[in-house]
Amino acid sequence: MKARVFVTLKPGVLDPQGKAIHHALEGLGFNGIEEVRAGKLIELELADGTSDDEIADMCRKLLANTVIENFKIERMAPRETSGQAA
Amino acid sequence: MSSAVIVFPGSNCDRDLAVAIEQVTGKAPTMVWHRETELPAGTDFVAIPGGFSYGDYLRSGAMAARSPIMRAVVDAAGQGVPVLGVCNGFQVLTEAGLLPGALMRNAGLHFVCRTVGLKVENSQSIFTSAYSAGEEIAIPVAHHDGNYQADPDTLDRLEGEGRVAFRYTGEVNGSARNIAGILNDTGNVLGMMPHPERAFEAAHGNTDGRRLFEGLLEAVA
Repeated sequence: MKARVFVTLKPGVLDPQGKAIHHALEGLGFNGIEEVRAGKLIELELADGTSDDEIADMCRKLLANTVIENFKIERMAPRETSGQAA
Repeated sequence: MSSAVIVFPGSNCDRDLAVAIEQVTGKAPTMVWHRETELPAGTDFVAIPGGFSYGDYLRSGAMAARSPIMRAVVDAAGQGVPVLGVCNGFQVLTEAGLLPGALMRNAGLHFVCRTVGLKVENSQSIFTSAYSAGEEIAIPVAHHDGNYQADPDTLDRLEGEGRVAFRYTGEVNGSARNIAGILNDTGNVLGMMPHPERAFEAAHGNTDGRRLFEGLLEAVA
């Protein structure tokens, strides 16, 4: 099975990279952007039966620094996984 | 005084730290590889050097903080052994949970590499006893992720308990309240972004960093 972990900065934590991306987009002429926040996407290929608790434990112990970051776990449906294999 | 310098893949200030420690203590530190699970018996002082451990993968210091030797360092810190983390070493200490807060990308996004002014906020700690409170010193910084952040309650607590060891005298990297170095609640762990080992002998241009090691030797020996 596959799972995706989204790691994002907590609201209120300053995101200099997001700000730089924001300015660069405006420099390219894109208007109406209110805010840009940058984060990470980590894809995990896991043994079947890996529990949500186990994945959350991985997030708390390594994948995210919970002082400044939040994480969200998304399991990818088997159908979607096999469909992508080709 | 028996010292240990921890070496991770990507550490690059380990030898500078070792030279500084040997010159002050008269004894070369043991260089301890990250895969080791124990510190040498009788270690009186642990130093975690600057560099780019594990290529800064995931977050600066994140991988190093989970390496086998860090369990031994956390245990030693718990027993009161002095632990100093410089630059990447500071990042490792926050990731390992030995110090609160986090070091984020510099607010200006640029790598900052220059000598900066520091104000010694606390001269009572084992690391800062050779300085006077309020004294201004000059120490080089060289980092991309030195922007110290913590929630306001933590910052208030650090300030209230005298745990801010050093503050930048001007804007350097966006750090909350210009914090450059902090102590743990028992005062035996110091993390700082500036490099005292790079302001150590006359050839470096100034020797303000030397007193950190001299004060520590006096406090520990």
